Amino acid sequence: MLDIKDLHAGIDGKEILKGLTLHVGTGEVHAIMGPNGSGKSTLANVLAGRPKYEVISGTVTYQGKDLLTLPTEERSREGVFLAMQYPVEIPGVNNIYFLKAALNAVRKHRGEEELDAMEFLQLAREKMKLVELDEAFMSRGVNEGFSGGEKKRNEIFQMAVLDPKLAILDETDSGLDIDALRIVAQGVNALRSEKHSVLVITHYQRLLRYLVPDFVHVLADGRIVKSGGKELAEELEQKGYEWIEEEVAAAR
Amino acid sequence: MSSVLDREIPLSAIEPEHIDGEPERVRHIRSQAAERFNALGWPTTRLEEWKYTSLAALASNDWKFDRKLPNDRTGTSPFGEKAAAELMFVNGMLYANRASLANEHPGIRIVPMREAMDSELFAQHFARYADYEKHAMTALNTALWQDGAYIEIAPGTVVEGFIHICSISGPVKEHPVMTQLRNLIVAGRGSQITVVETFFGAGPYFTNAVTEIVAGEGAVVDHYKYENESLDAFHIGTVQIHQERSSNVTSRTIALGGGLVRNEINAALAGEGASLSMEGIFVLSGRQHVDNHTVIDHVAPHCDSVELFKGVLDENARGIFDGRIIVEPDAVKTNSRQTNKNLLLSETAVIDSKPSLEIHNDDVKCNHGSTIGQLDEEALFYLRSRGIGAEEARNLLVYAFASEIVERMKVPVVRETAAGALFLRMPGRMAEKLGRTEEVIN
Ligand SMILES: Nc1ncnc2c1ncn2[C@@H]1O[C@H](COP(=O)(O)OP(=O)(O)OP(=O)(O)O)[C@@H](O)[C@H]1O
Ligand SMILES: [Mg+2]
Repeated sequence: MLDIKDLHAGIDGKEILKGLTLHVGTGEVHAIMGPNGSGKSTLANVLAGRPKYEVISGTVTYQGKDLLTLPTEERSREGVFLAMQYPVEIPGVNNIYFLKAALNAVRKHRGEEELDAMEFLQLAREKMKLVELDEAFMSRGVNEGFSGGEKKRNEIFQMAVLDPKLAILDETDSGLDIDALRIVAQGVNALRSEKHSVLVITHYQRLLRYLVPDFVHVLADGRIVKSGGKELAEELEQKGYEWIEEEVAAAR
Repeated sequence: MSSVLDREIPLSAIEPEHIDGEPERVRHIRSQAAERFNALGWPTTRLEEWKYTSLAALASNDWKFDRKLPNDRTGTSPFGEKAAAELMFVNGMLYANRASLANEHPGIRIVPMREAMDSELFAQHFARYADYEKHAMTALNTALWQDGAYIEIAPGTVVEGFIHICSISGPVKEHPVMTQLRNLIVAGRGSQITVVETFFGAGPYFTNAVTEIVAGEGAVVDHYKYENESLDAFHIGTVQIHQERSSNVTSRTIALGGGLVRNEINAALAGEGASLSMEGIFVLSGRQHVDNHTVIDHVAPHCDSVELFKGVLDENARGIFDGRIIVEPDAVKTNSRQTNKNLLLSETAVIDSKPSLEIHNDDVKCNHGSTIGQLDEEALFYLRSRGIGAEEARNLLVYAFASEIVERMKVPVVRETAAGALFLRMPGRMAEKLGRTEEVIN
């Protein structure tokens, strides 16, 4: 599904990812953990193609294609979805109109027929239930006046509607109470299948209890410094990151 | 038929253009206005009020009146049959009159200005509010106008739907023509009315329109000005609103077309407790130049005014918002808010924003402000990251910026036409659609 090799990337001339290598197989769920500022969001944004991030060197292959040469919207249409750490508010752009335009752009790209308003609403209602979002939200501006938790649930709602092949969740769990967390996990688990891959960026093991990952990686100072199974997450939760940083330092 | 048709009118020094049989008062006003225009001359950029807009290109041309249809074309209304009544003018002369049905109501009178000059209210109000003493372009119109719409609504009458004043212009046989349209709307005590003015056309021409609106005590007046003139056209328009006690006026301006546009909207809140909402949206590209100039004069106490103008400027467009709010010494307990927001889509587009407050008493609540910004990159990325193409994402954000004003428009066909035109006018689609509301002229 996704093959990242020796990726160096940064922002405003500052190198943040310093040779990151990661392989995500089809149908796998990977968790990425790591201290603040280690480059987790940078990785997510580089994968989604956010303009201000610069790739210095390295390759990212997604389903056999060179992901880095595709414009942002093409990546999305090809099935890459980023649930953002800080979803932006866009007053004046109606939520439901926006999502219908997005879904139809994706469907058109896949060679599927576009949905009309009725068909779309039916699909949207079904997915809304999954994330327990009230329909009233849909007629508002995109994320306009949403609480933090509502914004995160809206990300998962969009993900459920767009049905991506590779979902990247950047701290979608941060700041959520346990109910919201369960809903987010529910949304991700619904997507989970042998055809879908998920990359979960998180600081906490909480989410991973609902969303059992196949692999856990530690990202520190722009590199994956340790990988393991789900038990690594528990270890990190108990011991923090220092022991890993020490391990890495000792190995140099 | 008037003697002035098909004749060139040099605009360096003008003569009044009388209409056969016009009343003495109108004759007199015309002559005075012509004198004032000749004394004032064309506005120049040396005047503070005109410092951003030069009319040199306009003043150096000789324009003529002509009511033949623009080259081989017929006029069709952009709103079809949706208006309750419609007067259509081609090059400032009456072309079609679809007001007879509305006129069956005893409280409604919608006629061409030429036919209204003998009425009592016409005599009482005509040229009382639009100031031809000080304003050269109003003087020019007052001296030269040939026709327009006269709308008189009797006290207590509620007019269902909207009344459409439609102005189509275009050159005849390549000869530059001018439209000097003059309208007068008198809404009686406690009446209610919605009037939509549209301006469009093809090729080079010069429109100089003046509309006076009188909102009687407690009257509710909604006025729309939809300006989508040809990109080769000059458009100068003045809407002068006079509000009596407890009247409620909404003025909305949509400016999309025109090469050089001066859009003056002025209101005097002359009676206690009057309220005014004045909104405008201008969307410009290419080399368009649109100068919005508004004056809200709080004369009486306890009046409210809210003003919001939004501009979207792309390519080499130049926009101006010059809005003045005056609070007179007697206008205590005034509540006034003025806002101008602008979105620049290119590095070469220019906006000058000049909101101003002039307060002559202490007992008021007023504020004003203006902003100039670019498209939000974060929002753009967000939309694109969901599969929406870069161009569509941009269009969505531009529309979102304008939607606040568009969506408040109460007349469905105006709202939809404005929304449609906004989408058409947006970057990327512009070249093919410039300057046309609908296929108005075939
Ligand atoms: N515009 C910028 N210019 C320079 N450095 C930046 C800029 N934006 C972010 N950074 C730095 O890049 C580093 C990595 O940021 P990133 O957002 O990828 O971290 P993160 O691992 O997601 O952290 P967190 O857990 O806090 O979300 C941080 O040190 C941050 O300060
Ligand atoms: Mg982060």
